[in-house]
Order: sequence, then C-alpha cells, then structure tokens
Amino acid sequence: MKNTFKLNSKIPLSSLTHKWEDHKSTLKLVSPNNRSNIEIIVVGTGLSGGSAAASLSELGYQVKAFCYQDSPRRAHSVAAQGGINASKNYKGDNDSVYQLFYDTIKGGDYRSREANVYRLAEISSNIIDQCVAQGVPFARDYAGYLDTRSFGGTKVSRTFYAKGQTGQQLLLACYSSISRQIGIGRIKMYNRHEMLDLVIVDGVAKGIIARNLISGKIERHAAHAVVIASGGYGNVFFLSTNAMGSNASAIWKVHKKGGFFANPCFTQIHPTCIPVHGNYQSKLTLMSESLRNDGRIWVPKKLEDAISIRNGYKKPENINEEDRDYYLERRYPSFGNLVPRDVASRAAKERCDKGFGIENNETKEGVFLDFRFSIEKYGKEKENELGIQQSSLLHNNKLGKEIMESKYGNLFHMYEKITNDNPYHTPMKIYPAVHYSMGGLWVDYNLMSSIPGCYIIGEANFSDHGANRLGASALMQGLADGYFILPYTIADYLSECITEKISTKHIAFQLSEKNVKNRIQKLIKNNGNMPVDFFHKKLGNIMWKYVGMSRNHIGLCKAIKRIQELRYEFWKNIFVPGNIDDGLNSELEKAGRVADFLELGELMAMDALNRKESCGSHFREEYQTKEGEALRDDVHYKYVSLWEYKENHPVSDEIMHKENLNFTFVKVQSRSYK
Amino acid sequence: MEKLMNFKLKIWRQKNCEERGYFKTYQIHNISPNSSFLEMLDILNNKIICEKKDSSPISFDHDCREGICGMCSLYINGRAHGPDNLITTCQLHMRHFHEGETIYVEPWRAKPFPIIKDLVVDRSSFDRIIISGGYISVNTFGKTIDGNMIPIPKDQVDKAFDAATCIGCGACVAACKNRSAMLFVSAKVSQFALLPQGKIERKKRVINMINKMDEEGFGSCTNTRACEIECPKGISTEYISLMNREYIQSFTF
Repeated sequence: MKNTFKLNSKIPLSSLTHKWEDHKSTLKLVSPNNRSNIEIIVVGTGLSGGSAAASLSELGYQVKAFCYQDSPRRAHSVAAQGGINASKNYKGDNDSVYQLFYDTIKGGDYRSREANVYRLAEISSNIIDQCVAQGVPFARDYAGYLDTRSFGGTKVSRTFYAKGQTGQQLLLACYSSISRQIGIGRIKMYNRHEMLDLVIVDGVAKGIIARNLISGKIERHAAHAVVIASGGYGNVFFLSTNAMGSNASAIWKVHKKGGFFANPCFTQIHPTCIPVHGNYQSKLTLMSESLRNDGRIWVPKKLEDAISIRNGYKKPENINEEDRDYYLERRYPSFGNLVPRDVASRAAKERCDKGFGIENNETKEGVFLDFRFSIEKYGKEKENELGIQQSSLLHNNKLGKEIMESKYGNLFHMYEKITNDNPYHTPMKIYPAVHYSMGGLWVDYNLMSSIPGCYIIGEANFSDHGANRLGASALMQGLADGYFILPYTIADYLSECITEKISTKHIAFQLSEKNVKNRIQKLIKNNGNMPVDFFHKKLGNIMWKYVGMSRNHIGLCKAIKRIQELRYEFWKNIFVPGNIDDGLNSELEKAGRVADFLELGELMAMDALNRKESCGSHFREEYQTKEGEALRDDVHYKYVSLWEYKENHPVSDEIMHKENLNFTFVKVQSRSYK
Repeated sequence: MEKLMNFKLKIWRQKNCEERGYFKTYQIHNISPNSSFLEMLDILNNKIICEKKDSSPISFDHDCREGICGMCSLYINGRAHGPDNLITTCQLHMRHFHEGETIYVEPWRAKPFPIIKDLVVDRSSFDRIIISGGYISVNTFGKTIDGNMIPIPKDQVDKAFDAATCIGCGACVAACKNRSAMLFVSAKVSQFALLPQGKIERKKRVINMINKMDEEGFGSCTNTRACEIECPKGISTEYISLMNREYIQSFTF
C-alpha cells in the first residue's frame, strides 16, 4: 500500500499538449497574505535552487537558502559554457516545441518521462525572455537580435549563448535576483553551510540538520517544505568536470530517509574534455560542446602516425588530409561532429581502444578537435564582406581567428593555460570525462519526491533527460524547475499547512541531530592512517574502470565487491585531522561526502548490473549491434528503476521498483544518427 | 618524461581572525610542472595529514578549478593569483616557477575581507554590495516581453558582456594599494548601465552600490590600475570611468 502511494507520478490525464496548462488550473493556491507565514528551505543555490529561492521569495514565502560555497554566485552552474536551449525558431529553421521535445526524448534514448519533457520544451521560450529582462547579455547579431548556435543531437540552431560563459551569466542573473530578496529580508541566506540530514516529522519533510562550515556548529532548521537543488553526483568518479565541492550528500540523506533513487547508473560522459594528464590530477576541465560547431574531430588513419604523434615526432599539422580519420563524419554522415554526447564519447573510446589515441599519457587516450577549417572559412567570409580581392593566407587566418575569438575566446584561453598549447595553431586534444548525472531522486509531476513535502529540482532529480542529456538542456531544466514549475506546484502542497507551526524542539530534530553528531564523532575519533583523498581516488578508479563508459556483467559484479571492501577499509582506516569543535575543516567535509559516495557508487553499479540493455550513457558491452551501437530492449527495460533504501540495512539490500514509461506522442524507435 | 620539480613554500598560517598569523616553511618534492598550483597544495596537504605532525592541513578556498567560480584567492609571490596574467590560482601551473624556487603564499589582505583561517578570507562584503542594488528589479516568475522586443546593438551588448564576466574573486581589491573595490563595483554598474533593461534604475543603483562599498570599508581609487593588471578576466578600468560618469550624472540629471 505504501508503494502505490509513493509511485503515483501524478501525470495529468489530458492530452500531452494540454497537460501542463490543465494541471496548473487545478492546483490549489495559497493566498498572498498567508504566504509570509510559510517557510521553505532551499538547499543549493545554483540555477535551479537559486531561481526557486528567488521566485518563491518574490511570491511572498519566507525562504531559507543554503549553500556550501561562500556565496551563491559560485555554484557550479557558473561553469556551464555553451548555452541554453529554447524553441523560439528565431532562425527560421522550423524549430518548434514539438521539435525540441522530440530531440530531447530521442536524445535521452526513450528513458525519460514524456509529460515532463513536453512541459520543459513548452517553458523553454519563457526562460530566454525572463533572462533578457534580468539583464543577461546574450550574444546578439548585428541587427541587435538574439543570436543562436547549434548543439549535438539536433538539426536546428536553438541554443542561446553568451560566449562560452552562458552558465555564468545565467547564474549571476539568478544570484542578483536572490540578492534583491535578501535585501528585502525575505530570503535568509546561509552561506558555507552543508545539509547533513533531512528531518521527517510524521512521515513528512519538516526541516534539515545543517553544519555551519565556519563555526562547526550543528544547526536545526525547520520549514513547511524542503526543496533540494544540490546538483549532480559525478564526483563519485573522483575525476570529473564537477566542482571539487559538488557532492551527493543532500540527495543521499533524502534517499536514506525514504526518497526513491531513480536510474542511478545514468551518468553522462562528456566527449570534449581535456584528457587526463597525470596521477596528481584533481579535476578534469570541460571544453564546451559548442566547439563542435566549428571543430572537426579526428585521429590519424595510420597507427604509426598515432604513435609518432604521441611520442612527439610528428605534429598533427603535418598529417596529410588523406591520412586523417574524421571518424564521426565517417560513421554518422547526417549529424557528423554534432552527434549526441554518448555517441561521440563511445566513438572516441572505440578509436583509442584500437590504438589511435594521440595523447601522450598513461592510457594513450585522446583525439583531436581541429578548428583549422572554420578559421579558414570565417576568414574567407570576412574577406568577402570587406571586399578584399587578393589576400595572403596569413591575413585570412588572422581574420578567421578574430571571429573564433569572439565566439569561443574564453574557452581557447582556458585550454591554453591548462595545456600550454595554443588551439588557434594546433588542434585541441580532447577525451571523454564524467560530466552530468541524469539519474537522481525520483519526483512526481509536481517535482515532489516520495517523501511528502520534500521537492527535488534541477540535476538532483531524474525526470527530464532520460539516459542521455542533450547539450544546453541542463540550464534549461534548472531554470524551468526553479522559475516556472516549482513555484506553482509547491503551493498545492503548502495550501494545507497554512496554520501549522513547526518547532525544532520536536523529537525528530533531536534524533537527527544526534545521528549527525555521532557520525562526525566517528569520523574524527577514528584513529586510522589514510587521508580521505586516498579512498576517493580508489573509488574513482573502480567506478571509471567498471561503471564508466562501458560496463559488463563481470566488471559490475567486481565493482560491487570492491566498493564494499573499500567502504569497510574506509571506516577502519580513515584519518580526519582536527577536533570535533573545530571550525573550518575541509577534510571532515570531504570525509562525510566520500562516505556517501562509497554507498552511492555501489547503488550505481547495482543499477547498471540490473539494466540488461544499452541505452544512452549506459552501455552494456553484452548488448550492442554489429556496428557497435547501443542496443536497447524496450520490451523489458522501458522503465525508470527506483531504488528504495531499507532502514538499517546495507545498500546491497535495496529493493528496486519500476515506473513504466508510456509514450503516446512519439513513436519509440531505435535511435540513429547516421 | 617530464622533469619533476622541488620547491620551498612559505605559507601563511593563521588559526582565526583574532590570532596572529605567521609564515611556516614547507618543503615539497617531485611536483609535475603540469600540476596546477592547487594540486600542488593538495599533495602538500596529504603529506601533512599522513605525517600527523602538524595538526591541521592548510585551509584554502577553491571549487570549480577551471577559473570561473571565483572562489580561489591566493596571493602568490606578492601577486594576486600568482605570476601570470589573466588567470585564477586554479589555472596557474607549476611550470611557471623555477626549480628550487621559494614561493610565498598569503591570503587576500584587506579590511573588508577578514581572515577566517589560514588562506581563507570572508568576501561576503562583495555580496552585500550586490544586495544593495546590483540587479534589475524584475520579478522572475511572471511573463515578460519577448527577448527580441529589446534589440541591443551588438557592440553594446559585447561591452556589457565583458563587464559581466567579473567572477567576484576579489583580486582587484587584493592588488590595490588602497584596497579599493572600484573595479568589481564598476563592472556590475556598467553591465546594467549599458543595457536598455538596466537604465530605469541606473541612478538608484550606482548611488546605493557606491555608498555600500564605502560603508564596507573599501578604499578609494587612485587610478594605479593594478586591479586591471591582476584581474583574471581582464576587466578594463574603462568601466571605472563609466561608473564615475554614472555617479556624477545621478546627481545632475
């Protein structure tokens, strides 16, 4: 009986194109004069949490916002580079809500919820208008109108951008909206705070336990509803494109308090990151997918050329055109370099596994992203525009580079600083890396988790991207959830708690606080010998090797066993310096996070083992076509896997439930980008 | 194979805002020239933890490690973000140093940036400046007009964008002998002053933000342009002039 309640996805019955409108008109409301008596906690202040906090506060609710950074302006949404999608059809290439919806569903390999994706596509246009009104300096054409570019998995140009810093500009707009509300006094901002537990009173979320990272104090915070917007869990792999502090603790605590975890094995591997260079490395850097608009991906055709390049005997510039293998254009002529991320990642791995990798690192993994052709093309166009008849190659190149600079300047600069190579002169070296988690906590159509009163938005939930996220859709989802969905749906729940008062003296708060303190004590008093990073790196190695870009039965079984051993070792041998009442202690913060990753990692492997098909980012070697493409099994696996934690049991005892996916508007077919 | 490097580090240790700080010397060996400065500090910290002699590893701020979040903040060999231009500390690589070099590492030093611990400072004064008016007062949940209804000339939006790239790291303050926050504030003021959407509130915005900046204890600008040199995003002091103009106009018109 419990399950039937929890699994109600509350998708409205009307036709797909009317679902959201119809649903909104039936949602209950909270009258303006009651809103100021209602408190809402928002954990995380990136694009989804920040936009939710600002909007809820503007509506008149009292908001308490928490982030582990020193300011909301630093949330990792700031690092998103390429752009944000919206189906505005400004370019006249026949874009529409349906096209965006269809591309997203297909891109996600038919493992996302149709109703949610349609709503996302519908709302997309509002987001751009909203952000323009807030003063986001989106790129414009010479007539002063908004400019767009193209991203992988689509055949239209619908991505709005601000150079390679779109995430930064959107986040700063969102941060300024929060700031305005902080000034008015409606948002109370808790910087450098970390949520360490969700408090449940009578089966309903009523608050959180947080640690003040500066003073070390454990605090109780009560509210009528809790919104979790804590982002993704890619750092379980240690090396990823996520910020160092990005963690899974908030969602993991919710999971352990009864929140179902959906599709944990869906982690996106992004094809264009700077390759790993050495074992000292702490982090990988993404190079925006938008670069694939103007870059061609290749490796040498001949093995001996690849070896010479790796050893530094040959330069990529010296490889003749006929000796280059533009493998994406060869394999997928209709999408070419703009195939979706999972397809591009696997294709790069395939070439490197065959020995054609060009990077001189331990694993010899890397491919070229070459901008030469675009530089020439843009140079030529500019010359035509300026009326230059005869020109030198040098001058042409200079003009072309100027145009590249205006489009991707910061990305090229970033690449050069990290690698010491200048991508205007020599092709970039790139390789896939862990990037975004499509899985996350399960939510219904109202974005509420299986715990009443606890809402999950943005990357932290599972609903919109399926098995693979298309580029420039993460920003769209974050802002859609925060600005345009949650503020409506949360009122439906809050309308029933207007007279209620909550006290942090409740026994549930006491118990939660005690558990949190015990755990901190356990970590600090443990007299082990190894630092946290040691365990995190080991976990990362296991995850990347067995639960990374390709998975198989034997590997996943091995991973589960090794993670269990490592977890045992962690609790036996971890050393966290400092005292319990110390303030700032980053080792303690990391230790708590890695302890959670050590459980989540196992669940990811279990989920991957269970899904005996290949789809999107989840590639099981046993299930592939003759050409090496992912082979989906719609008969048996067209569902969202939902994992339920059993109190006081290990992760391996979790039970899986299923939410079947129904497609009424699109025909489910095998995904081809040929 | 790459040649590994050794360094002597003099790092500022300070328990909290009240206690006196001091330089402590550390030796570090076998560092790859391709490591970033922060990765080198990670290695040092792991060494400190494993040796268990020094009770606490060195606290320093960092997060995205790709030069955009603005969290990292070290003063290295007398320069904000170290000895290279247009980068944050996380983008600084050890290949910029010489073998055997002694490297001094300090926190940002400015009264409005009180030290929290070791190399970590409190930059919430920046947040308070934004809170005082660094926004356009549009509600976020309502329906606004179509984005293309507000055409903006390309060169103008590009200029606004260049101002908007400020990451709020505080290098401008740390580099300035007066501890002035003019570059930071002018970047925000200019972004909105250059866009049609921001024009309605321009007077109120510039007055509030400048008043708040003074109240927080930041110094005045004497045009030494050290901020521009150390700004990791290359924000030009031209925006300070633009802000000054906005400020004066706010009284006259």
